[in-house]
Amino acid sequence: MRSATPWSDVLNRLVEATGETLYMVGVATLIATLFGIPVGVWLQLTSPGGLRPQANLHRVLSFVTDLGRSMPFIVLLVALMSVTRLVVGASIGTSAVIVPLSVGAIPFVGRLVQNILSEVHVSVVEAAVTTGASTVRIVRSVLIRESLPALINAIGVTVIALIGYSAMAGVIGGGGLGDLAIREGYQRFNARLLWSTVAWLAVLTTVIQFGFTRAARASDRRRHASV
Amino acid sequence: MITVENLTKSFQGIPVLNGVSLDVQSGSVLGVVGPSGAGKSTLARCVALLERPDSGAIRVDGTDLTALGGTALRNARRQIGVVPQGDSLLRQRTAAGNIALPLESAGVPGPQRRSRVGELLDLVGLTDKAGSYPDQLSGGQRQRIAVARALAAGPSVLLADEPTSALDPETTGSVLTVLDRARAELGVTVLVVTHDMAVVRKICDDVAVLEEGRVVENGKLLDLIGDSNSRTASALLPAVDLNPVNESNFDRVADVVLVGFAAVGALLPEASHRFGVEVNLLGGGLTRLAETPVARFRLGITGERADSALEWISEAGGVVRRTLKGPQGVAA
Ligand SMILES: Nc1ncnc2c1ncn2[C@@H]1O[C@H](COP(=O)(O)OP(=O)(O)O)[C@@H](O)[C@H]1O
Ligand SMILES: [Mg+2]
Repeated sequence: MRSATPWSDVLNRLVEATGETLYMVGVATLIATLFGIPVGVWLQLTSPGGLRPQANLHRVLSFVTDLGRSMPFIVLLVALMSVTRLVVGASIGTSAVIVPLSVGAIPFVGRLVQNILSEVHVSVVEAAVTTGASTVRIVRSVLIRESLPALINAIGVTVIALIGYSAMAGVIGGGGLGDLAIREGYQRFNARLLWSTVAWLAVLTTVIQFGFTRAARASDRRRHASV
Repeated sequence: MITVENLTKSFQGIPVLNGVSLDVQSGSVLGVVGPSGAGKSTLARCVALLERPDSGAIRVDGTDLTALGGTALRNARRQIGVVPQGDSLLRQRTAAGNIALPLESAGVPGPQRRSRVGELLDLVGLTDKAGSYPDQLSGGQRQRIAVARALAAGPSVLLADEPTSALDPETTGSVLTVLDRARAELGVTVLVVTHDMAVVRKICDDVAVLEEGRVVENGKLLDLIGDSNSRTASALLPAVDLNPVNESNFDRVADVVLVGFAAVGALLPEASHRFGVEVNLLGGGLTRLAETPVARFRLGITGERADSALEWISEAGGVVRRTLKGPQGVAA
């Protein structure tokens, strides 16, 4: 039996993999948020109770969104390889993972956002309509601003979900914490590396979750809300 | 000022409004009352331009607003301030921020906006709550802020759907006071939808009773009050027949309605004096419609000239609603 990897090596591997994970997930979250919020807004506006109800368009949008959400990430990873090569210039590597990660997360974020926006009470939205506000203003000042705390939490949920998905990045040489745990820890029977990575992932996701919860609370103006 | 003409609206083929016509004089308050499901909110939503009627017109200063779309519709909306049914304030904005929303929509610049918000907070008596969030305000305070918001862009019409439905009688008073001030100080025309007769009693000049999507009664409150067939009158006047009376003790027994200070104060003693009759109060009582005292009494009159006395009362402005014992009445 070979001797365990020295702790200093474990630490180095963890630092490197953490950087890769944060890079992949960070950029993908940014892109997914940038595109996912408009998708969610569009879904909500066209929904039957929305500001611009359009039943057929809504059905198509919903179908595409749910299709995207139900697509296993590993399939997306492989299916999008040619697109990835076009966008990133390579179909393998850490940057290459960002493309399928983002594409997979957009419908995920879109649905989350729509659910959150639909929680804004109809009478609140209608009150804004009667002030003569434009749809753009209502989306910005009413729908999004009123749900900001929930939206920030949703982005936190997305980050955690993407950390999970990114574990499969190893398939196309993306690296990151998940890859480290699976390929170098589990498959090579390196228990110390495996469990260190698992423990660190737990810490990392907890800290991220905590950060988003705090940010969401800070954005909530109803500080003295009577419960 | 605001005219609703022959409005019809149905949902999934079920008619909800069946040709509703209303006319609200500039600077007056119309109360739309009626049982639950009568179509009051649907009417209010049509007037608020939130729902497009199937046919008919809604005119403010002569212009039909039902056909408008796009920017014209948004501009028209600023002429009609709306207090929607239920909680409608942005919970992530302060009271002042909520009042500012219509001003932002209208593109009013910052400094002007702030001074206008200040005026409105003053109008609704909540200057000290400018920085409070809706969750920190009571139900009545939230409604007053909603009224201030509805008035912010300077509309000529103020529309409120059940503005007091969730409030206790005391708080209701504070909200009604604000609606009344809006009319008195800003000269807006007010249309208030309610199932609460206290609202009608306190602030309405005119009443429309809606039933199954039709206006079944409409007129000036003080005119309706003397009409023996009016539901508004029977809902607002004091009850008369609480105590059974032995009618044989009197030559005439009649119900009369008296409207106004002069009538309530002096008509009966004067009748008694002029015709040498004895006028007894057998039932009924006094109430107020806004500032006007209104009485409904059951009178027992004894004396030879009892008929002449009743006739005179009715000529002098009293309304003899029903003669229970007399020429057209029931003989004991
Ligand atoms: N959007 C709608 N879709 C279908 N039916 C509706 C809708 N709005 C109102 N109705 C129906 O119209 C009738 C009148 O409702 P409403 O105007 O709310 O009455 P009110 O405010 O007098 O209680 C009710 O029977 C209600 O179910
Ligand atoms: Mg209603």
